[in-house]
Amino acid sequence: MSAPVLELTNVNTYYGKIHALKGISLTVERGEVVTLIGSNGAGKTTTLRSISGLIQPRQGEIKLNGQSIRSVSPHKIVEQGIGHVPEGRGIFPALTVFENLEMGAFLLRDLAEFERRLARVFAIFPRLEERVGQRGGTLSGGEQQMLAIGRALMQQPAILLLDEPSMGLAPLLVEEIFHIIRRLNQTEGTTILLVEQNAQAALQVANRAYVLETGRITMDGSAQALLHDPKVIQAYLGF
Amino acid sequence: MRLHRPNLLLEVLRPLGQLLVFILGASAAISAITVLTAFLIRGTRTDMDLLQITLILLPQVLIDGIVLGFMYATIALGYTMVYGVLEFINFAHGEFFMFGAFAGVEFLVWMQGQGWLPDGQGWLAYLLLAGAVGVGMLISGSISVSTERIAYRPLRGAPRLVPLISAIGVSFLLQDVMRFYQSTANGAFYRTFPTFGGFSERITLFALPLDDREITIAIQMTSIVIIVVGSVMLVGLNYLVNATRLGRAIRSVAQDRNTAYLMGVDVNRIIAVTFLIGGALGGAAGVLWSFRFTRADPYMGFFPGLKAFTAAVLGGIGSIVGAMLGGMVLGLLESFAAAYLTIFTRGAFGAEYKDIFAFAILILILIFRPSGLLGGKTTQKA
Repeated sequence: MSAPVLELTNVNTYYGKIHALKGISLTVERGEVVTLIGSNGAGKTTTLRSISGLIQPRQGEIKLNGQSIRSVSPHKIVEQGIGHVPEGRGIFPALTVFENLEMGAFLLRDLAEFERRLARVFAIFPRLEERVGQRGGTLSGGEQQMLAIGRALMQQPAILLLDEPSMGLAPLLVEEIFHIIRRLNQTEGTTILLVEQNAQAALQVANRAYVLETGRITMDGSAQALLHDPKVIQAYLGF
Repeated sequence: MRLHRPNLLLEVLRPLGQLLVFILGASAAISAITVLTAFLIRGTRTDMDLLQITLILLPQVLIDGIVLGFMYATIALGYTMVYGVLEFINFAHGEFFMFGAFAGVEFLVWMQGQGWLPDGQGWLAYLLLAGAVGVGMLISGSISVSTERIAYRPLRGAPRLVPLISAIGVSFLLQDVMRFYQSTANGAFYRTFPTFGGFSERITLFALPLDDREITIAIQMTSIVIIVVGSVMLVGLNYLVNATRLGRAIRSVAQDRNTAYLMGVDVNRIIAVTFLIGGALGGAAGVLWSFRFTRADPYMGFFPGLKAFTAAVLGGIGSIVGAMLGGMVLGLLESFAAAYLTIFTRGAFGAEYKDIFAFAILILILIFRPSGLLGGKTTQKA
């Protein structure tokens, strides 16, 4: 059996003196959608930031396709195949949609390959093609989220890290975004690590899930099982 | 797909057009105010025709103002670019400018020592001047990058006041290092820009008939050179920032540093490159400044630096186009104040009060429109 796409072993991350992640271990296999659920401040975003190197863990190991990426600077980690769609989308507001997508392929020098990837992103998000000359900051929240995901796909990453893609979106758009996530995984075979507060929706698209509480993983298992687990229902699903 | 790529010709023509609009607009506005003032207060002087004097001086004052404006704009770009990527005001920028000036002057003095400086005009004179500008850019750019590496980068996580104070420290340090070097090496702390190439020659543009005399309006070769070099710098920078991959990386870092990392941008390298470009522009401006005012001294960076900073704030700090506009407005304003203040106030306020205008503008802008005339927060396109 080949190594998992992403493997975290006993990762400890600090913000100054605050111990934010207290020994996180998780794996994501190729072709999987894995979700990380938990309440505000549980450490979901910190986990993703530790993976993409925006914050350096103090302890533990992070492996991408069996290669350690810990203590590698973030722009090198991108090169190795992590596509991180950050919380709040991280659109460059003054760059056009096209320039934002170009930034996604920043490391790519091959023009033909660029156009191929661009065509693929436009096929998934036709809306982006309509808005191609518009400034990123003038897009609606849903369009910005599509741009953020499309931009990460321009990197053709080994794994896509999505941080709260449904945040601040109207219910109809939330549904559309989750529909896209499912499609990305099922028809394009994209491996995804999804962080969500909307546990219900996340568990419905995911294969497996981890529950994060104050920096520790307290539960894990198949998404279906967690969806019906009384503790999860009580704490995160709210009925 | 190529449709979405920047049109190269447009990327050159647009900043040129913007420059032209800024020059003409600011010139027209300030001229109109001045002439109107002269018209209104013409009764206060019986010894001269105030309106006539004002009009006669006008073309020369405009030319001087535009030349000064180009230099301020070029310096202001250094402040604005660094502010764009780091939201940090690099108060040592005036000293990068000063080092550039000295580097250029030293280069020419050395050439003079070799007997290679021509007296008359010709391509060699231009080549040597270009060489001096190049040397100035190289030295200032290197000092700028080193300063960032040594004095700013280690403080990047610190509260905002800390790097600011570090910058002021670097500023004093660079002044005194240069003063020390010049005093020991040359016995004087300043250097005179060598006279060569017939740049002080004046070209008569036109002559105004006045009663029985003629007033000639002339432009010095120096001014033409500064305007040309300044335009090339401003257009070149616009092109670099708006139409190249490097420029896109700079803009992405300016807008969102963390996301730039996630795109695979080597953020530290881009910040260093920004300091390199800003410092090099400051160095070029330093050489041009000493070329125009014929000397370089260790404290020459202070006032031009402060004024260029004012220009950057006036235009909207972080905005490249804003720095061009702010520089132009400030240069013209200063030139007008220097020329007309004495005449209009019957000598009560001399030309030395011109600096008040620059800093009054700084205060007014900070109170009423802190984001500046073209107020963008980041190094934006257009």
